[in-house]
Amino acid sequence: MSGDAAIRAAQSAAETASTVACGACCTVVQQLGVRIHGRTILENINLHVHCGELLTIIGPNGAGKTTLLRALINDVPHSGRLRFSAIRRGHSVANAVIGYVPQQLDIARSMPLTVTELFAAAAGRRPVFLGVSRRVRATAIQNLEAVEAAQLAERPLGRLSGGELQRVMLALALAPMPDILLLDEPLASVDHAGVAAFYRTVAAVRAQRDMAVIMVSHNLAEAARISTRMVFLNRTIVCEGAPAEVLAHPLVRETFGTLALRGEAT
Amino acid sequence: MSANVVSALPFDWAQYQFMQMALIGIVILAPLFAILGCLVISNQMAFFADAIGHSALTGIALGVLAGLHEPLWAMLVFAVMLAAAIAWLRHQQLAPADAVIGLVMAGTVALGIVLLSRQGGFHRYARYLVGDILTIAPGGVRRVGALAVAALLLLAWQYNRIVLVTLHRPLAASRGVCVWRTELLFTVLIAVSVTLSIEWMGLLVINALLILPAAAARNLARSAAAYVLWALAISLASGIGGVIASYYLSSATGATIVLCAMCLFGVSVVLRR
Repeated sequence: MSGDAAIRAAQSAAETASTVACGACCTVVQQLGVRIHGRTILENINLHVHCGELLTIIGPNGAGKTTLLRALINDVPHSGRLRFSAIRRGHSVANAVIGYVPQQLDIARSMPLTVTELFAAAAGRRPVFLGVSRRVRATAIQNLEAVEAAQLAERPLGRLSGGELQRVMLALALAPMPDILLLDEPLASVDHAGVAAFYRTVAAVRAQRDMAVIMVSHNLAEAARISTRMVFLNRTIVCEGAPAEVLAHPLVRETFGTLALRGEAT
Repeated sequence: MSANVVSALPFDWAQYQFMQMALIGIVILAPLFAILGCLVISNQMAFFADAIGHSALTGIALGVLAGLHEPLWAMLVFAVMLAAAIAWLRHQQLAPADAVIGLVMAGTVALGIVLLSRQGGFHRYARYLVGDILTIAPGGVRRVGALAVAALLLLAWQYNRIVLVTLHRPLAASRGVCVWRTELLFTVLIAVSVTLSIEWMGLLVINALLILPAAAARNLARSAAAYVLWALAISLASGIGGVIASYYLSSATGATIVLCAMCLFGVSVVLRR
């Protein structure tokens, strides 16, 4: 098989996706910069992400991809402006809900916390050791069903497989239903079946809820197949556009090698 | 009132005021240490709690220098400042967390010893480090009890947030939790709880009550509810059991409590799930 499979996949994805975005609600990042201990991690980041879009951030190791997501959830101090807006019941609101799925969590096997208790801890102040309220339990099960993981509700977090844990984290990020979903290399260590189930859910909620998704990924072929837009990040935004354009960019090809672009698609 | 309940028990030890006070003291502090311990173990902060306990010495020294008659307040203020300093140093990530704690602990203990030994009479302050639960006075019970209840309420109010921060800091931040404020509050809670009970129990017992019940509970529990419940049960059982056993054995009460907790930990290892 010759030719650039990743790029072809990207072209077809971009054609189908361009019809989704409503364009009204969006995430605006202006002049964002992050300095840690005097070292510039990110500078001059400008981004507009509209609802219904799936934006993938790619870049070499140490490019600041994770830091960018952490700046978006206000977990690292940053300069510049962030604005999230969403449309609810026909009105534009400024306090959009953000859902966040971290990179594979490292949870001690002995961690005494069940999946439902995790939902309860995130839902409010009633201490989880006093038990999970019926309302929170119902919401948790409903959200777990959406990611095909209802059977995990009473399992301790430390005993879940990588794929199971990431599906639980996705279910958690969808409760309450966010306007913007941030995925930080969610599937780096997940088996093939787990990846498929995860993306099925992301695609479903994005279509149903017209949600904006921002994802950091190392899997270029997978990213090209599902993204509507791509950003190549290396301390600042080097280039952005349709996946096919970004993957064809000389700096992207230099960073990842044409072999990686082609090989991962097969 | 609670002393009347204890004295109504048909045992000869129940007639002594020091036994009544010791049991009331244990029943007040055991739940606080059990729940705090659950979070301390999950956060791997056992060493930190130890360092805060040792800093009490410096707190006493500074209190003496300032001419305070009662060192508890000086100890509290110093421990809280130290906890904040350690939390800040950890946040800056200038050195590995355990190195920061070791460094601060060595420095403060040395400072405390130098200040206290300068005028001679260092032994007068030793009781704050060794502690004796049989010397609790009724007035002390009320004061420490009030502080313990306040700390317990604050801990329950913050519990879920601390759990989230323990699991993953960015995840906690994405749920609207202010990570550094939660960590600071947790650190200060450990400092206050350890410091306010140091005169009663001494460092050895404090660390045992903080670490052992939660560590044993972790062997038995798979959910947060079971974790805290087991820690509470083990902490109360070893506390009450230790006080009563020390009466019959004529042994040091604190160390007897530690040995009881240690035995229960051994049982939990055997029953481990």
